[in-house]
Amino acid sequence: MWESIDTSMIDWSRAQFALTAIYHWLFVPLTLGLAVVMALMETFYVITGNGFWKRTAKFWMKLFGINFAVGVATGLILEFQFGTNWSNYSWFVGDIFGAPLAIEGILAFFMEATFVAVMFFGWNKVGKRFHLASTWLTGLGATISAWWILVANSWMQYPVGMEFNPETMRNEMVDFMAVAFSPVAVMKFFHTVLSSWIVGAAFVTGVSAWFLIRKREKEFALASMKVAAGVGLFAALVTAGTGDQSAYQVAQVQPMKLAAMEGLYDGGTHQPFTVAGPVKVPEMLSFLATREFSGYVPGINDLLEGGFKQADGTLALSAEEKMANGKKAIEALADFRRAKESGDASAMQIARSSLEKNMPYFGYGYIGEPSELVPHVGTMFWAFRVMVGLGMYFILFFLLVLFFAWKHKLAQVGWLHVAALWSIPLAYIASHAGWIVAEVGRQPWTIQDMLPVGAAVSRLETGAVQTTFLIFLVMFTVLLVAEVGIMVKAVKKGPETAVAPEAESNG
Amino acid sequence: MDSTYIFLQHYWWFLVSLLGALLVFLLFVQGGNSLLFRLGRSEEERTMMVNSTGRKWEFTFTTLVTFGGAFFASFPLFYSTSFGGAYWLWMIILFSFVLQAVSYEFQSKIGNWLGKRTYQYFLVFNGVVGPLLLGAAVATFFTGSNFVVSKANLTDEMMPVISHWANGWHGLDAFGNPWNLVLGLAVFFLARLLGNLYFINNIRHDGLIARCRRQLVTDAVPFLIFFLAFVAYVLTKDGFAADAESGQIVMEPYKYLRNLLDMPYLLALFVLGVAGVLFGLAKSVFSKTCTSGIWFAGTGTVLTVLALLLAVGYNGTAYYPSTADLQSSLTIANSCSSKFTLKTMAYVSVLVPFVLAYIVYAWRAIDRKPITAEEMKEGEHTY
Repeated sequence: MWESIDTSMIDWSRAQFALTAIYHWLFVPLTLGLAVVMALMETFYVITGNGFWKRTAKFWMKLFGINFAVGVATGLILEFQFGTNWSNYSWFVGDIFGAPLAIEGILAFFMEATFVAVMFFGWNKVGKRFHLASTWLTGLGATISAWWILVANSWMQYPVGMEFNPETMRNEMVDFMAVAFSPVAVMKFFHTVLSSWIVGAAFVTGVSAWFLIRKREKEFALASMKVAAGVGLFAALVTAGTGDQSAYQVAQVQPMKLAAMEGLYDGGTHQPFTVAGPVKVPEMLSFLATREFSGYVPGINDLLEGGFKQADGTLALSAEEKMANGKKAIEALADFRRAKESGDASAMQIARSSLEKNMPYFGYGYIGEPSELVPHVGTMFWAFRVMVGLGMYFILFFLLVLFFAWKHKLAQVGWLHVAALWSIPLAYIASHAGWIVAEVGRQPWTIQDMLPVGAAVSRLETGAVQTTFLIFLVMFTVLLVAEVGIMVKAVKKGPETAVAPEAESNG
Repeated sequence: MDSTYIFLQHYWWFLVSLLGALLVFLLFVQGGNSLLFRLGRSEEERTMMVNSTGRKWEFTFTTLVTFGGAFFASFPLFYSTSFGGAYWLWMIILFSFVLQAVSYEFQSKIGNWLGKRTYQYFLVFNGVVGPLLLGAAVATFFTGSNFVVSKANLTDEMMPVISHWANGWHGLDAFGNPWNLVLGLAVFFLARLLGNLYFINNIRHDGLIARCRRQLVTDAVPFLIFFLAFVAYVLTKDGFAADAESGQIVMEPYKYLRNLLDMPYLLALFVLGVAGVLFGLAKSVFSKTCTSGIWFAGTGTVLTVLALLLAVGYNGTAYYPSTADLQSSLTIANSCSSKFTLKTMAYVSVLVPFVLAYIVYAWRAIDRKPITAEEMKEGEHTY
């Protein structure tokens, strides 16, 4: 019935996953960020007993609830898409990849589901402290969930802690701690979660600024801005630090991704960092990638052609050589199965040894042309710059908000209020740009060097995937429009009761 | 195969079955929603119903997600074969749950341009489609599905996908077998019974609750017909048996009946479960003051489904049989994760009782005061 996988089906499967992930990520960072801000506000309420903080926290909780539901819905689809559209992947690495997802369900989702219900419905049913604990536990559940899904994602970028078992024809986990606490996972967790706090903080700051522009809810808006800007500045600084570390890790474990991020075709030592166009910082790329100003950074052509000396002292293989080794690995696996079926122990041993030798290149065996190994350079180059540029902007932005708050002039700086409002979409753009760098840069691999997307998909008809793509597109878009509409109305309505009389002195 | 590995396979099949059983109980959310317009005569009544299930929908949803995650981690070949093959069956289930997830939060909010009624229809859609299709999907564990697994494909560079559906219907073919539909309908009517029993437990409104009690009888009849028919069919049909030594799959007469007899504790669970459902039902129908029916029927549901799922996985049985290629059928031994992964995950599962404990604690805290029309008017995060 089938001779080869239809490439358009692969592309539609990728598009569907990208679509779901993009929509999912419109809601998740706000959940993570808003959880911290509103939990801090409720903490102030419990500590001070001041009802102002309760009403303030409840307003942000209402927005949290509107956002939360769509995040949950899109998350469900993401998890099941590993099975529905990436079934070969699910078999090939399910032994490793499934575990974080199951742990996420058991440890994180139930925590979120249980305590979010207490948070919304428990105000008059449980004690103050139990309610506060529930609010924090809702955020903690979301954060633990982020940990495990990012462990899973990091493993796709940097597969560790497993061995290929030719008997079962799959990769199997041999070191859980290596998977759960891989350095790439740890860095990705802090970078992703803290950058999500920026989104939450920018959202609260921007919405609060809107109240100031409209000359409403002044005390509420100023208090919210201060809390959010404090969280935002902390998050933006940590995000910058972890971002630097993440880029360094990418240079070590995914050099093609780094080369694409920099649009670097021909690398070398003493490489400058291109800000944009002709603006370059001398030797900075070498320093960022190797921690030495004279360090060697391979470009796309170097990586395809090989022959350069790697960090471990060995000479890099060319793409053609890696592809040849990959085909040897696949052939050795076929030989192993044939030998096993015929009960030829010595042939099995020979095949196993060839397989082990060539296994690091297994995925290259499915690659047709070396050019397939290069992610889309233009997208990578600009997405990276947008992410970094906006990251820097947010440090400055939150600093300014805190500075004017400290000077008691936050209510008067109209231009900053407008900037704050426009910073909401900028935060989302920065967050998505980060994921584009991470995921477009991983192409063509689902798992780095082990399994390209073409060998990871389910065997479906293109029409079926096109149809579900369109259904998801329509459904998610309608839900997004509905969500934004409801969110805008909820913001316009403002906090349930007048928060407090406007204080002239709180400028 | 070493005994620890065999134990771990059985342990994980038990946990996945338990999650499946809890999911069927928690489908009371869907069952209740399917009755929204049948029982709710006024907007006030519908608001109470929506708020009743609305405080629990997250548990159903989370159990569904965790069920998927646990299946993925412990039996990845099932995850790969079933989800990637029976594409449409699972996709329709997922679509319905996505619509449900937003419908609570969005329906009563100002600025909701789709209108309250649209979201209520979404809830009803999920309430009908969710249990019906999940039931049909589970029925294929007994009736078989149309797929082929060939791990050797991995060495074919042009077509490395190891499994495929043997027809173009991708799961919709499940409805070609009426017995799948029979179990789907049984689960649908069971979910309605449970939803009704939950309303009786959770809402204080004389008119609505009186209607709930009458509806119990209306739904109990088709439930019993479909459920007993399916049980009779399963206990008398040939089953998909796996040879302990060679792993070869063969058809064995009365396999599922034999499984229950070989494992009398499952038979006891099953009988106890069915009795629990019937007792909860009868008590709620005959006693106008009884509000505890959900706990008997709910516990009964969990025990019954658990017994059925264990019976289809244990005792050398192929739990996901293939009618296209018998030897492609999945057993807990040939579809499970490695011993290392199952063992690691078993350590994590030690936390499950702790998770259950805080769920029970929080559930009780929220349900201490039943839902009343007055509370709905107070507007404290009311849907």
